[in-house]
Amino acid sequence: MIKKLLTYLAIPVIFIWLLITSFKASRWKPDNANELLSDFSWLNDWPKWLDIPLMKWINDWFKFFNEEYGIYFEIVNNFLLGAILSLKKFLVFLPWPLVIALVVAIVFFSSGRKVGTTVFVGICTFFIGFLHPKFWDKAIETTSIMLIGILICVFFGIPLGIIMSRSRKVRNAILPVLDLMQTIPSFCYLIPGIMLFGLGAVPAIIATVIYAIPPLVRLTDLGIRLVDIEVIEAAEAFGASRRQKLLGVQLPLALPNIMQGINQCTMMALAMVVIASMIGTRGLGDEVLLGLQQLNVGKATEAGLAIVLLAIVLDRITQAYGEKIQDRNRPLDKFNEKAKMKKAAKKQVTKESTKDGMEAEVKTN
Amino acid sequence: MSKIEIKNIYKIFGNYPDQILPMVKEGANKELVMEETGHTVGLDNVSISIKEGEIFVCMGLSGSGKSTLIRHINRLIDPTAGQVTVDGVDVLSLDDKEILDFRKKTMSMVFQRFGLFPHKTIIENVAYGLEIQKVPEDQRKEIAQGQIDSVGLQGFEHQYPAQLSGGMQQRVGLARALATDPQILLMDEAFSALDPLIRSDMQKQLIELQSKLKKTIVFITHDLDESLKLGDHIGILNGGRLVQVGRPEDIIMNPADDYVKAFVKDVNRTKVLRAQTIMTKKDQFDATNINPSTIYKIDENTMIEEIIPKVLKERCTMNVVDKSGNTKGYITSDELSEALTKH
Ligand SMILES: Nc1ncnc2c1ncn2[C@@H]1O[C@H](COP(=O)(O)OP(=O)(O)OP(=O)(O)O)[C@@H](O)[C@H]1O
Ligand SMILES: [Mg+2]
Repeated sequence: MIKKLLTYLAIPVIFIWLLITSFKASRWKPDNANELLSDFSWLNDWPKWLDIPLMKWINDWFKFFNEEYGIYFEIVNNFLLGAILSLKKFLVFLPWPLVIALVVAIVFFSSGRKVGTTVFVGICTFFIGFLHPKFWDKAIETTSIMLIGILICVFFGIPLGIIMSRSRKVRNAILPVLDLMQTIPSFCYLIPGIMLFGLGAVPAIIATVIYAIPPLVRLTDLGIRLVDIEVIEAAEAFGASRRQKLLGVQLPLALPNIMQGINQCTMMALAMVVIASMIGTRGLGDEVLLGLQQLNVGKATEAGLAIVLLAIVLDRITQAYGEKIQDRNRPLDKFNEKAKMKKAAKKQVTKESTKDGMEAEVKTN
Repeated sequence: MSKIEIKNIYKIFGNYPDQILPMVKEGANKELVMEETGHTVGLDNVSISIKEGEIFVCMGLSGSGKSTLIRHINRLIDPTAGQVTVDGVDVLSLDDKEILDFRKKTMSMVFQRFGLFPHKTIIENVAYGLEIQKVPEDQRKEIAQGQIDSVGLQGFEHQYPAQLSGGMQQRVGLARALATDPQILLMDEAFSALDPLIRSDMQKQLIELQSKLKKTIVFITHDLDESLKLGDHIGILNGGRLVQVGRPEDIIMNPADDYVKAFVKDVNRTKVLRAQTIMTKKDQFDATNINPSTIYKIDENTMIEEIIPKVLKERCTMNVVDKSGNTKGYITSDELSEALTKH
């Protein structure tokens, strides 16, 4: 009760304090505050002195921040830049057929050996370079920035989601921040990013993380909370500790949702990397921008297509893995079973025929 | 001494249970508390004592607090007030680590919707309790395999739960609970989701298991026939209050209030009542003018459904005897008609 009363009291106090400080800081305030009570003309138009100096506060704070902690940003900057450059150099150094083969292999195994998906992704990857030879290295540059961004998202996003799922208080505190990150226009943090880190890939990564982490955090939290309460109770009834419960039951069962989160994270990261070309990040977005500036529609479309292809490839890879996990939790449907039986029957036939063939050979010998 | 002792448990769900407790203790019922304070009374002054080796059935309608009660025994739920003792240990005094140990060693639980781990194979599911106890892999596989065999699921070890039928899944649930060899088995509506045939099959299997293993079982159901079939003692809950505890016959013959009466109204008494319950004691029975050739001996524990046809057909008298053959009392058509009349 007392707590509630205090919060109700605090709000008007803060508001009045804001009014007074704003008034004092204003350059246009009347010489004497008493004038306001005798002359009411300030009620017509919004008076110039009724203006909270938020702009000045933020600028001052930002400047102070930059001067005091610049060294830390430098360290982060160098670290991230190093990571991106070495990843990019490595991928560019590999012959392109090898990179395509790698992508194909990853898809093949992560999708549970689905041939259709694999072939489709292989063709898409090939077409990125096929559209324009210059695009290959650019796509790799874009991918490197994204990969680092996604790694950071996963590193911070999943633990954050886990913490959120465990406490309602934490969730209530974090949710508005996530809302803010998703609604605030991306230029609002791209520009300060430049001021802190300079032009190039690093502010792009920071922007990517801010833009792409919310869906991952939300889906991790949701995934864990959606796990059947009876299954959790079963684990508890057997004496599982919090850690055993989390690693053995909650995370594996939330995995399809978490994979969906990583998928969303990937798609949003790609979108942001393209936007970030406007602050000088090199990559495929760069080509789109160039095409538009030269009013070269063909060029812009080609680059746009390459981005779509890259999106498809990344989407398929992350999606396929999630689907594979989900398949296991679903009852076998009749079609599936029939297909399996057919396959088994075929195998047997081929086995028998080869046996026959071998026997025939033996006989002829 | 009893194995599980529950004393004056209160459980109130809501934001300020402690503030509501005095009101509940003064006798406000569930509806009143809900209306005035928005809190739900889960349990209201429940005391039960459960003996070692018996099946205690807890019965009541939906929302009467059965699940809440059983979760107090392994402390998945903490009471608002009261005491729970298992094997002489005060469960509520255990700290976070001790409670995990206590759950591992003393009891396991079977759930209404099975509560199997969908991402683990059948054998991994059954071995879960042992995995938590850090039993080495090959040893726990061996124990789990034994349990799978004993519930008749050999051949399904490497399937996932979603690939099994409901009855099979619940047998996995049972095997999983038995794999840790607990002294106490908590079964929360374990058979309620199964169809009638499989259900009676599972009941039979449980009775068989129990005759071999002699566990202490707390079984929850909202089905009277099931509780009469399985229970050594039955407790009936209504709105969080325990309205009657007793042996099946007591409940049938002397229902404590209208709620219990409504429950037992349609029960098939011949399957529940035993000869010793309805007989007239030998010192109150005048056997002198009965033709000795129409007297048959029966065991005191015989269900009366087995006696009825013979008595009706031959108009004979049943001589109820105990294990060593001593006469305890007599049953004629009069006793039968009295026992089968609904009051
Ligand atoms: N976590 C909870 N929060 C609030 N109220 C609860 C909670 N759990 C149970 N209740 C309330 O406590 C009462 C008893 O619930 P309980 O689950 O024990 O009933 P039940 O007898 O097991 O019913 P059913 O046969 O439907 O399983 C109900 O009124 C329910 O609404
Ligand atoms: Mg229940």
